[in-house]
Amino acid sequence: MTTRVTLRRTLIACGLLALALVLAVVIMSLIGSESLPARESLCAIASLGTSDCGLSRDQYDILFQIRLPRILLAAAVGGSLATAGASYQALLRNPLAEPYLLGVSNGAAVGTMIALVFFGANEWSRPVLAFAGALVATLAVYQLARGRAGATPERLILAGVIVTTFLSSVIVFVTTLMDATRIRSFTFWLLGDLSGTTQTLLPVAIVMAVAGTVALTLNARSLNLLMLGERDAFDLGVEVGRVRIVVFVVASLLVGSSVAASGSVGYVGLVVPHLVRLSLGSDNRITIPAAALGGALFVIVADTVARTVIAPRELPVGAITALIGAPLFIYLLKRV
Amino acid sequence: MLEARDLTIKYGERVAVADVWLSLKSGEVTAIIGPNGAGKSTLLRALNGQVRHATGAVLLDREPIEKFSRRSIGRRIAVVAQEAELRFPVTVLEFVLGGRYAWASNAGWGWETDRDLRIAEAVINETELSELSGRLMNELSGGERQRAVLARALATEAGFLLLDEPTANLDLSHQATLLTLVRNRCDQHNSAALVVTHDINLAAQFADHILLMKRGRVLQAGSPHAVLTPELLREVFDVTVLVDAHPVSHAPRVTPVLSHKKAQNSPPI
Repeated sequence: MTTRVTLRRTLIACGLLALALVLAVVIMSLIGSESLPARESLCAIASLGTSDCGLSRDQYDILFQIRLPRILLAAAVGGSLATAGASYQALLRNPLAEPYLLGVSNGAAVGTMIALVFFGANEWSRPVLAFAGALVATLAVYQLARGRAGATPERLILAGVIVTTFLSSVIVFVTTLMDATRIRSFTFWLLGDLSGTTQTLLPVAIVMAVAGTVALTLNARSLNLLMLGERDAFDLGVEVGRVRIVVFVVASLLVGSSVAASGSVGYVGLVVPHLVRLSLGSDNRITIPAAALGGALFVIVADTVARTVIAPRELPVGAITALIGAPLFIYLLKRV
Repeated sequence: MLEARDLTIKYGERVAVADVWLSLKSGEVTAIIGPNGAGKSTLLRALNGQVRHATGAVLLDREPIEKFSRRSIGRRIAVVAQEAELRFPVTVLEFVLGGRYAWASNAGWGWETDRDLRIAEAVINETELSELSGRLMNELSGGERQRAVLARALATEAGFLLLDEPTANLDLSHQATLLTLVRNRCDQHNSAALVVTHDINLAAQFADHILLMKRGRVLQAGSPHAVLTPELLREVFDVTVLVDAHPVSHAPRVTPVLSHKKAQNSPPI
């Protein structure tokens, strides 16, 4: 008896995860430093905000202006980063590949900061430059990691460290160009902060998360073969160059749109795909969509912890995800 | 038919393959032997469509191979290389089903059909892996894993099998099993196989033709008896060999004549 992945199994797994995601969005929106009445809030959410169902003006605003946008952003960011991570891992044949550890998130962060400093008034410049930064960082890491014998996992991580530290100093340099009052909020943002949602960035992040996941899932079968060796994949009929470009561009779009909206939330792309593979196997036709849904769930829960554990003060969500992710990284490193 | 016509491949000034003529025909096994760096693997890769930096032609069914898409080459030519990278857990069945990729109507997405499953199960049987089909690839022994790599290549239903040192890491019994499977495939399914190998004696026993290569050139091509002569082998490998007949198969048998120490200690002949 084998546990081969089939369409049926994928639909069931993703259906259950989607259900859990909807429940998490609703439940987590009730939790916070200001407690909201459950019944009225549920009624208001069910009406999609068209009725206040007896919530006070303040309560209604907390729910629809603050919490739900933040939770939806958490979902988009989590889904994007986990999908990007799962695809990098398959393409680079490396269970340790992750946007944050490869320096791709930092590339996007530099792009966002340049947008903020030079085109501050134009919000669209942020995701655009974040995407450019992520793509440049991806290509830099990929070129650095390719040795004569191909990219070993260790070499890739070393290349990631080099790109990350280089970009960190660029970030410090750009920070000095800012005025002192903004520096603190930027430090917070760099660690991953979901509180700064805007009317532009939230829809961009959501659309990118959905479109990017679909695009990468449509290449999942090719990634299954690439995961077992680039040359073998080529021999079996995969257009390796084309798939590589698709993954680099789409993953950079995903990372760019989430970093522009929320800074660098680390380790999501490592923790979530790994848990998905442990429970559902490593067929990318199930891993990629399930990682997207699981990543959304993971960051929603992590952010709820971040904003409630020392309420009314808040932690950056990146601190929570790193607290879970770093030990897992060490565990995986021992096994590679 | 898969053929190379006056194929030359240069990397900068270095000539990897020079003026090679070769054709693979149904039902026949061709072996390429020669020292390291003779251009054997480069030639094999070129036959699979990696013909950058090349002059001359590689023809698949009389058409230049560059005209075919990757997927359509994947349905006609299968490559067995040395061991696969296995950093992610996949079962033997999943691994072998990878050979059906090029047949999918939508290659990037899509699911294996019943036909794909039947073919995978048949080649898993053929390679005697049935009992292991649900096991993870990285739990298998080297010999079992190499059989799974062969099974994946057979699952492509390609008429041409290109094997690049398929027995390099295998012990004697697994070498024999693997090459018997290849030989049977050619005899029963009318496939054509090209095997790059360092094992001259195995090549002599299972191949119909042998190509002897040195520094990118084919020095001699023909039946094992025509190619495996002491003079040619000395010229190519720079070592003195004794060639006699295998007592059972009557194929040529090549034994190096060891120099110095051993020779001094042995009694005079």
